[in-house]
Amino acid sequence: MDANTWWVLIGTALLGLSSGVLGCFAFLRKQGLMGDVLAHAALPGICLAFMITGAKNSFLFLIGAAITGILGSLCINWITRYSRIKEDTALGLILSVFFGLGIVLLTQIQHSNNGNQSGLDKFLFGQSASMVASDVQWMAIMAGLLLLMSFLLFKELKLLCFDASYGQSLGFSMRGLNLLFMTFLVIVVVIGLQVAGVVLMAALIVTPAAAARYWTEQLSTMVWISAVMGACSGVIGTWISSFGYNLSTGPLIVLAATMMFIISMMVAPQRGLLSRLVRLMKTRRELAREQHINSIYTYMEKEQVLKVSLLDLQTQYPISTHVLSQLKEEGLIHMEEDHQDIWIGFTETGWKAAYDTVLTNRMLEMWLMHEADLASKLPNGEIVSKDSIPEHLVPELQKLMIQHQCEPKWNPYDSNQRMKERVVSP
Amino acid sequence: MFAPVSIRNLSVAYHRKPVLRDIDYDAPEGELIGIIGPNGAGKSTLIKAILGLLPLASGEVKIYGKPYKEQRHLVGYVPQRESVDWDFPTHALDVVLMGRYGKLGWFRRPKAEDREFALECLQKVGMESFAKRQISQLSGGQQQRVFLARALAQDAQIYLMDEPFVGVDAATEKAIIQILNELKQQKKTVLVVHHDLQTVTEYFDSILLINMCKIAAGPTREVFHADHLQKTYGGRLTVLPETSNMIVTR
Ligand SMILES: Nc1ncnc2c1ncn2[C@@H]1O[C@H](COP(=O)(O)OP(=O)(O)OP(=O)(O)O)[C@@H](O)[C@H]1O
Ligand SMILES: [Mg+2]
Repeated sequence: MDANTWWVLIGTALLGLSSGVLGCFAFLRKQGLMGDVLAHAALPGICLAFMITGAKNSFLFLIGAAITGILGSLCINWITRYSRIKEDTALGLILSVFFGLGIVLLTQIQHSNNGNQSGLDKFLFGQSASMVASDVQWMAIMAGLLLLMSFLLFKELKLLCFDASYGQSLGFSMRGLNLLFMTFLVIVVVIGLQVAGVVLMAALIVTPAAAARYWTEQLSTMVWISAVMGACSGVIGTWISSFGYNLSTGPLIVLAATMMFIISMMVAPQRGLLSRLVRLMKTRRELAREQHINSIYTYMEKEQVLKVSLLDLQTQYPISTHVLSQLKEEGLIHMEEDHQDIWIGFTETGWKAAYDTVLTNRMLEMWLMHEADLASKLPNGEIVSKDSIPEHLVPELQKLMIQHQCEPKWNPYDSNQRMKERVVSP
Repeated sequence: MFAPVSIRNLSVAYHRKPVLRDIDYDAPEGELIGIIGPNGAGKSTLIKAILGLLPLASGEVKIYGKPYKEQRHLVGYVPQRESVDWDFPTHALDVVLMGRYGKLGWFRRPKAEDREFALECLQKVGMESFAKRQISQLSGGQQQRVFLARALAQDAQIYLMDEPFVGVDAATEKAIIQILNELKQQKKTVLVVHHDLQTVTEYFDSILLINMCKIAAGPTREVFHADHLQKTYGGRLTVLPETSNMIVTR
């Protein structure tokens, strides 16, 4: 790689880093489109800067872009505050009006004397190969400033994203913070214009953040992951384009970010599609298992038997032989085959498990039926769920079960001491 | 002696549509106060106006005799639970910690003692075991408690709560009302937007009935009667026949 490629590499990495960080906040505020609007709003600024100064100076272009970008975000603010138009409509409006204006100006310039060579179109799609050391230096300064500000204002930005009116009530000026944040976004967009261009810049803001959201439930971690992913996409995109197949860097960076997003969406623990699928199947299995134990127990309890025929059982409950064989493998039930039928009985451990499952289920039923009366028994408002029934609630629930005649009565092994006396003497 | 919250001639409008008109009210100190009115009566708007979250069309709000801006450290706020997106990457303790932000001010980060205080507040609402639980994995009632704990973390004198009982089960409602009573015993003033007419006499020392304008205000025993409710709710009250026997009749 030549020296210039190194500069490009550093530049794109810095861009990815800062857009990854700010993108998190934009993404969580559901302002993913905001980057798009600001990028498009930058175009007329670039054109105007050229028309006024007549110079092909990147720095001047970017000043112009920043001015119209900020103007665009102010317009969105005004529209949403002083009219009934909602934010999404305002975003669409500003995007098309500003971009339209930009295209008109661009055509105007191309028809005039120093036409095509003005190099304005590189801002439309980005042209990072043209970056030089001085470009990267001021990119680094801006990115560093943005990162520092996001670090210092982390807690305020968190408030802005999660509960802005609460933040306002605490005395943080959320309108001011919002404007500041918009300015940050404009700066990122302006940095990115030279790399990714007006059209793709928005993707660089949202994609790393959306990908990072899959991996964590903590905002600070999300910001880190998003920053790293952004920087990596910058580096990967630049690296691939340096192979010399005439592939431009901007789109490659966006593609790299998109790949990371797709991978995150598939394989992330917890939120990823695969792990959701696995969890869903696991809960289904557990639920089916519990239902089967419950059905067998309830049937035996009703008929006062220790063995039940599969055919009889199936007339009353949906029973799958697959789940039964799973229970058998676990050593909870045994099955004996007759000529046409199968007889099912609980093993000793099976009885214990079945009794406990049924007891918990029925206590929960009682709780749901009498929640309003029992609430006073839980002054600290403990949580009642399948996994935790508060100890001092148990006697009440047992009384209720006896009242409703649904206490589990059938247990040849009498394993559960807690319930034993009450079953004998209601 | 200044009232904890005193409202003079307050009017609020959204895009020129008046929502609150000429409200005059002084909240009595150290009481549990219910703000009661039908949907769309302007209860949330009133709370937001007190907190300076909305531009006032006219009138003023004073907190212990001074504007809200100078007294905001005295006021804790529990917004309506649906006002935020609970699928936010953060855990319960972190949300409660936000209650400390006001005292910290710009740029400063919460310290270990803020964390401890936040944890105590979570403990008060019976949620300490959920401190590190991601907030989207909390039930509605648990989320409501987290919001309550966040307001407690503000360590305020006056609490404004917007429908803290909506969508919570009976156990949680009992737990919350007990916390509110504790606040009252510490001479704090608690204003609660409330919907369930059946529990009004049980919960509140005094009430404020509004429907765009103030209908009535004062001690619950004196104010909570059929005439006033008729005025507040209009014909809609007949839908709630079982409440009529709960109401003190004159
Ligand atoms: N942002 C807004 N823009 C325009 N109108 C609004 C806005 N917020 C509330 N309103 C209107 O103001 C009126 C009062 O609303 P508010 O939310 O204060 O009622 P509320 O008493 O809290 O009702 P609820 O019991 O349903 O919470 C309603 O008619 C509502 O339509
Ligand atoms: Mg409301």
